[in-house]
Amino acid sequence: MSTNDGYYIPEPSKWPIIASLTLFVTVFGAVNTIHGTSIGMPILMIGLISVLAMMYGWFSTVVAESPSYNGQVDVSFRMGMMWFILSEVMFFAAFFGALFYARVLVMPWLGGAGNNAMTHEVLWPAFEAVWPVLANPDNAKFVAPKEAMGAWGLPAINTLLLLTSSVTLTIAHHALRKGERSKLNLWMIVTLVLGVSFLVLQVMEYVHAYGEMGLTLASGIYGSTFFMLTGFHGFHVTIGGIMIAVMLVRCLKGHFTADNHFAFEAAAWYWHFVDVVWLGLFIFVYIL
Amino acid sequence: MSVLLRTFKVLSLMFVSTELFAAAQMDLTPGVTAISQEVYELHTLILWICVIIGAGVFGVIFYSMFAHRKSKGAVAANFHDNMTVEVLWTVIPFLILIGMAIPAAKTLIKMESPADDAEVTIKITGYQWKWNYDYMHEGFSFFSNLAQSNRDVINSKNPKDREGINYLLDVDNRMVLPVGKKVRFLMTSNDVIHSWWIPAFAVKKDAIPGYINEAHTTVPKVGVYRGQCAELCGKDHGFMPIVVEVKSEADYAAWVAEKKGAAMAAAASDSKVWSQDELMAKGEAVYNASCAACHGPTGDGVPGVFPAMKGSAIATGNLAAHLDIVINGSKVNPAMAAYGAQMSDADLAAVITYERNAFGNNTGDAVQPADVKAARK
Amino acid sequence: MSEDHHDHKPTGIGRWLFSTNHKDIGTMYLWFSFIMLFIGGGMAMIIRAELYQPGMQLVEPDFFNQMTTLHGLIMVFGVIMPAFVGFANWLVPMMIGAPDMALPRMNNMSFWILPFAFGTLISTLFMEGSAPNFGWTFYAPLSTTYGPASTDYFIFGVHLMGISSIMGSINVIVTILNMRAPGMTLMKMPIFVWTWLITAFLLIAVMPVLAGVVTMMLTDRNFGTSFFEASGGGDPVMFQHVFWFFGHPEVYIMILPSFGIISQIIPTFARKKLFGYSSMVYATASIAILSFIVWAHHMYTVGMPLAGELFFMLATMLIAVPTGVKVFNWTATMWKGSLTFETPMLFSVAFIILFTIGGFSGLMMSITPIDFQYHDTYFIVAHFHYVLVTGALFAIFAGAYYWLPKWTGNMYDETLGKVHFWISLVSVNVLFFPMHFLGLAGMPRRIPDYALQFTDFNQMASIGAFVFGGIQLLFLFIVIKCIRGGEKATDRVWEGAEGLEFEQLPSPAPFHSFTDAPQVK
Ligand code: HEA
Ligand code: HEA
Ligand code: HEC
Ligand code: CUA
Ligand SMILES: [Cu+2]
Repeated sequence: MSTNDGYYIPEPSKWPIIASLTLFVTVFGAVNTIHGTSIGMPILMIGLISVLAMMYGWFSTVVAESPSYNGQVDVSFRMGMMWFILSEVMFFAAFFGALFYARVLVMPWLGGAGNNAMTHEVLWPAFEAVWPVLANPDNAKFVAPKEAMGAWGLPAINTLLLLTSSVTLTIAHHALRKGERSKLNLWMIVTLVLGVSFLVLQVMEYVHAYGEMGLTLASGIYGSTFFMLTGFHGFHVTIGGIMIAVMLVRCLKGHFTADNHFAFEAAAWYWHFVDVVWLGLFIFVYIL
Repeated sequence: MSVLLRTFKVLSLMFVSTELFAAAQMDLTPGVTAISQEVYELHTLILWICVIIGAGVFGVIFYSMFAHRKSKGAVAANFHDNMTVEVLWTVIPFLILIGMAIPAAKTLIKMESPADDAEVTIKITGYQWKWNYDYMHEGFSFFSNLAQSNRDVINSKNPKDREGINYLLDVDNRMVLPVGKKVRFLMTSNDVIHSWWIPAFAVKKDAIPGYINEAHTTVPKVGVYRGQCAELCGKDHGFMPIVVEVKSEADYAAWVAEKKGAAMAAAASDSKVWSQDELMAKGEAVYNASCAACHGPTGDGVPGVFPAMKGSAIATGNLAAHLDIVINGSKVNPAMAAYGAQMSDADLAAVITYERNAFGNNTGDAVQPADVKAARK
Repeated sequence: MSEDHHDHKPTGIGRWLFSTNHKDIGTMYLWFSFIMLFIGGGMAMIIRAELYQPGMQLVEPDFFNQMTTLHGLIMVFGVIMPAFVGFANWLVPMMIGAPDMALPRMNNMSFWILPFAFGTLISTLFMEGSAPNFGWTFYAPLSTTYGPASTDYFIFGVHLMGISSIMGSINVIVTILNMRAPGMTLMKMPIFVWTWLITAFLLIAVMPVLAGVVTMMLTDRNFGTSFFEASGGGDPVMFQHVFWFFGHPEVYIMILPSFGIISQIIPTFARKKLFGYSSMVYATASIAILSFIVWAHHMYTVGMPLAGELFFMLATMLIAVPTGVKVFNWTATMWKGSLTFETPMLFSVAFIILFTIGGFSGLMMSITPIDFQYHDTYFIVAHFHYVLVTGALFAIFAGAYYWLPKWTGNMYDETLGKVHFWISLVSVNVLFFPMHFLGLAGMPRRIPDYALQFTDFNQMASIGAFVFGGIQLLFLFIVIKCIRGGEKATDRVWEGAEGLEFEQLPSPAPFHSFTDAPQVK
């Protein structure tokens, strides 16, 4: 309900509690899948599908209500999205932190640096501290990859793709603000194609890694950090891609106006965020 | 610092005697090493600084609670800012902290100094739930478990049973150190993180699997010193004490010689043929020390967590499978460790024999050290 | 869809399930926290009963570890944090002159995730094998390679809690930054609002890191990664670094809102303005910033390089300065006031003194060389119960008594409130003070059984615990009684109360706090 002087308070809604329930079902399904129980996968699938359905329902409500939102609600949404992106940044920070800790501290320690001379001498005499790790301290338990992932093949192309997609998205945004519909739609399509190509190439890289290179999640700390960082990034690109796709559809339907398109901007921020994370990855995971 | 310290000591005695506290087991132990005494003094110093600040702050609070209550007709003043006092009570605590940090840093640097000049080096390895002491330069090592006398009375309903046996603080094999010699400890672990702690030495260091931490001590006084594992390490974390016996140089040498002899004897016992009774007797001791923690003294295990030995398919079935799981550990559950790396052939033979015949598992088998040797490949 | 009626409350169960109302959601948070207090407290009673005497008396060692673990987790994530979110929901809109939270539906979702998250966590007790038994700090590899199967449920439960907290704190921040009434500048906000603004920032910064570390655990356990295994080039200590990067700010997340509550209450009953408002704000911010660079003081014994130990020692000691500023400011607020001692004030004064005692033991532990002696003993258990129970929990009690009349429109029973206070005060000290002695004398924490010389103090602590636990039933009674009726509260409630919620809203506060923005002078 809105109040006299412009406060807007939404009606009670069934979506939040449905959202909580679907999250729970998903998580419950995930644990059971990991534990290999037969109900795991079906529950996980039900969970994921119901999460998507819930988002569709919730967002549809919001879209339908949005004409009655006022400027304050718009600012709330914007701030909310920005702080959410900050929390995502911190999530990646944890994994980058693990990467730096492993490379800068753990490797030398296992190799006998600092106060760990005896660690090396007594426990891992054969270990050599080099990054990327091509021989783990215990190579029987964690089989190291045959070679490290290079930076200048697919990853470099991917960097170009993603950077370009940020530019095309910005072009689309400018078009939206000027009210140039067809230009907007065109550049949104280009952005989406670039994003999808990124993901396709990423999958190809993974296939190559798991196949010829022998680089897997289980190849020791190098594989662990590599796949967790690039994997979570890929996951975020997927989410961002879905957002872009939804925005494309909404653009085609003419939902946005030149000065009222918060959802579009939120998706764009998210996409730029994913892009920046990739730059970090490209530098610290691939190049260095 | 010692001047400062003495002032505080005198001050403190005015309130209540610190020694009294120590005697009543209310204060940190001063310990026996130079470092532990330094730590104790630092502790006392900082404690008393806090007590004094506390007395001041609480004094003011209590005074205003008493004097500025409405019921006594107090009318509220209306100041709510004062730059001078605010700066003061930011700067003064800061200076006090610097005063604490300097002696603290000094002590810390001493504790963390390298110990390359140590005369004895002992590698300490934590296991769930016992310690292994490896006298690296003497060439022998042994396990140290909670003493059986302690174990027997854990569940006893009669508190008297627990008296006079150093309840939970006694072990079967003590670590032995020479008096007055610098000793270097290398700590590591075989499974989860443990922490080796003797309060009287002020040595506490985590034993971390895959890494080796160092600590050192020089104990100036002959005696027996006790401590406990200080990092949660699973079910029996509360039952893995540490006992160090510090001996005179001559006694220490005799002990080392004896241990070396025992290592030889153990090697010999691996090559002899044992009778069923001998195996059962030895097996029971090994079982109680190493296996009962999980599988239970009566072989009942913990349902859903640790399998029972009583009627176990493996302990009553194929011997090869039994040898395999005890020597190589479980493939699926790391809690069942590879005991092949921890025990001699004779110990393994005995404990397996015991498991196959105790708790009503009357298979009649008598496993010989030679069988174990063969199974080790 | 927009309608135009004001104090129309939705009815039936739907009011709670589908709520978009900050007060209803706040109420649900508070009740949730209260229920969890009894569950977590019940576990503490089991712990204290087992520790009443040496020897294993009542439970198995592994079950004891499960109790310790779940007690810690429930108290931290299920009691203190939700209680503060409940306070924020109720009070932030009222204090800044807003009609509701900025994102009311997300608000409801953050709440409703919690029952699922804690349902998951508590259900592990009934699973085959063992519930989480590795301490609330779940150090690897005890929780990874050696963790029971239920650990994976625990991990996902933590993920859910994290999602809930992050959404909750986004909501608080956005509300504060975007919904303030005209004239309510940042430096006019009540301190409670300030402390929550900063707390919410901390939450957004560290909850994702917790999510990250449990995710690493998950993959180490199930997908072959080796973050925490040396044989694969990882390090178990890395777990501790990532965990405490979250964990230390987390402890300030549990205390900053208490500082806020106390800073509201003391001036009211001193009938005098808060001393040093702006230094309170700066001190809170400094504590928050410092909290990011002190985490390894929980890890002095892991064998860090000397430089690391020195750095973390000095950084940690520094926190005493801004915290001291707060304590001194409260003291100065009382000084020359016109004091009365209703129950909220009693709890607040007890908070100042007992929290400071806990702060002192914290300062002692920050000194690396002596922490080698204190680490993982009952000295630490004493420290954190002083800051958490007589700190955070007492502040929650104080706040509850202080605002209950505003929330319900009825005064609580002052006599019973005082009984609750005095018995709590005495018993809580009987409960936790002896733990200092136990720790100094060398009793390790997280043990189900202890050597004989620790008997006396353990018995004292247990007796204190039973009394303290029992008297909380009285608190429950007082709250219910107050909700159901009692002397009508005035709009101002307390003679010295200030702030929009007391000056501009009736008691009980209307369903939507400010439908017309108040003008703040
Ligand atoms: C609300 C929660 C809370 C709060 C506020 C604090 C506050 C502090 N804590 Fe505490 N802490 C915990 C919760 C908290 N802690 C928990 C839960 C654990 C255990 C975790 C686990 O292992 O399970 C822990 C453990 C812990 C450790 C690890 C011990 C160990 O495991 O070995 C350390 C070490 O430095 C520490 C230090 C401090 C310090 C220096 C403060 C400071 O912020 C205190 C500052 C306050 C004061 C100093 C008093 C007031 C100041 C003055 C009156 C000014 C003048 C004073 C001087 C100049 C001295 N804490
Ligand atoms: C905010 C947090 C919080 C709170 C409020 C408490 C409250 C209490 N804690 Fe808690 N505690 C922790 C946080 C907290 N604790 C943490 C983080 C740990 C570390 C865990 C770990 O090591 O991993 C810990 C560990 C811990 C230990 C150490 C365990 C060990 O190391 O083995 C002990 C032991 O005495 C203890 C006791 C208590 C008691 C008696 C209370 C009491 O204050 C509880 C009082 C409340 C009630 C009792 C509930 C209300 C009443 C009833 C349920 C009615 C029934 C009453 C009776 C039958 C008398 N706690
Ligand atoms: C830390 C706990 C622990 C200790 C100590 C321990 N075990 Fe085990 N044991 C286990 C667990 C857990 C299993 C189940 C392994 C599995 O499921 O593969 C097991 C399985 C076994 C089995 C197979 C039982 C069956 O029926 O599956 C045997 C035999 C055995 N242990 C013998 C021993 C012996 C002998 C010792 C001591 C020298 C010992 N265990 C010490 C935890 C332990
Ligand atoms: Cu070993 Cu605790
Ligand atoms: Cu901390």
